[in-house]
Amino acid sequence: MKSILLVVSFIFLFSCADKKKEAIAEQALEIAELKEEVSKNDPRLRVPSYNFEELSTLLTKDNDTAYVVNFWATWCRPCIKELPAFEKLNADYSENKVKVLLVTLDFPDKIEKQVIPFMDKNNIQSEVVLLDDPDSNSWIPKISKDWSGAIPATIIYKGKAREFYERSFTFEELETELKKIL
Amino acid sequence: MIRKQIIMEIAVVLIVIVVMSGFKTNNVEFPVEGTYRIGDVAADINLMNTDGTMVSYSNYPDAKGFIVIFTCNTCPFAVASEDRIITLDAEFKGKGYPVIAINPNDPSVQPDDTFKLMQEKAEAKEFTFPYLYDESKTVYAQYGAKKTPHVYLLQKESEKNIVKYIGAIDDNVRNGAAVKDTFLANAVNELLGGKEVTVKETKAIGCSIKV
Repeated sequence: MKSILLVVSFIFLFSCADKKKEAIAEQALEIAELKEEVSKNDPRLRVPSYNFEELSTLLTKDNDTAYVVNFWATWCRPCIKELPAFEKLNADYSENKVKVLLVTLDFPDKIEKQVIPFMDKNNIQSEVVLLDDPDSNSWIPKISKDWSGAIPATIIYKGKAREFYERSFTFEELETELKKIL
Repeated sequence: MIRKQIIMEIAVVLIVIVVMSGFKTNNVEFPVEGTYRIGDVAADINLMNTDGTMVSYSNYPDAKGFIVIFTCNTCPFAVASEDRIITLDAEFKGKGYPVIAINPNDPSVQPDDTFKLMQEKAEAKEFTFPYLYDESKTVYAQYGAKKTPHVYLLQKESEKNIVKYIGAIDDNVRNGAAVKDTFLANAVNELLGGKEVTVKETKAIGCSIKV
């Protein structure tokens, strides 16, 4: 009789502990989900804003990854037209040390109402950042002396090798240029 | 035999020199096709204004020069510049440098840039300057304009219009209230003062020309 009681109380104890564990795990999951939700909704996290000096660190990474940096804006028709090519490149080459960075030149007050809804609608997977630096005359020549300032424009670089393009791309054209640098 | 060959070679070199020097004089006399650079002669234009009249530089015998701005109806940078373009015309037309706005976009590619919508824009914003339609798409290409807005400041020198400044209106396309450096106005004022333009070329983000 005593032993039966012992067993029952053990079972009871364990199930209690299990429930507690479950509750903690559930809570942790909830917090993680909440965090994800917050970051998903926080425009500053989804589209970080940089001035040119801050952005330039992303344009000069010296490692074994090839970076494809595209300057675009939601109001730029040819930019929108070529975005799927950049998205496909980012997906197809995700295991080949290739990274696409989409630098939007949208007006900063349009990020929440225009850029993020555009990203959601088109399921943009590449990293998107905002270049918020109005004195473009000071930084356009630093990106390329050949750049008039028209978008779309693209940089493809890996280490010290670098090419600048003031033009639109199809996926095939983009892949051809990328392969030259890989 | 060898002597003949040498004579032939000399003849070829001489011909090449003569032909090349011929091209050189051509470049001095006539505007360079393609992309205008500072100091080039800009060819006259003959484009339709939103009021239906044709406009040429030669219609302005008293002008000292022209503020030529490639712009369009809807590019956010062009729209953000509209009030500044109106102000530039108000400030400099009386001093001899009228604004000439040219829309180079092809409405079949950019449907917001039809002639009719240009007319509506000119009326709604009460443009005080011609807003011309580059229907044949030859003018923007000849100038080498790449985007809207894109400015070419011309000065009349012995009946020729010489390119004196190429680039942006100022250092903040997005926000006229935050401008620190008025590149274009500075250039016009320098020309008015009989001086050489100090900042001859600037860059700004703009919408690529849709053709």
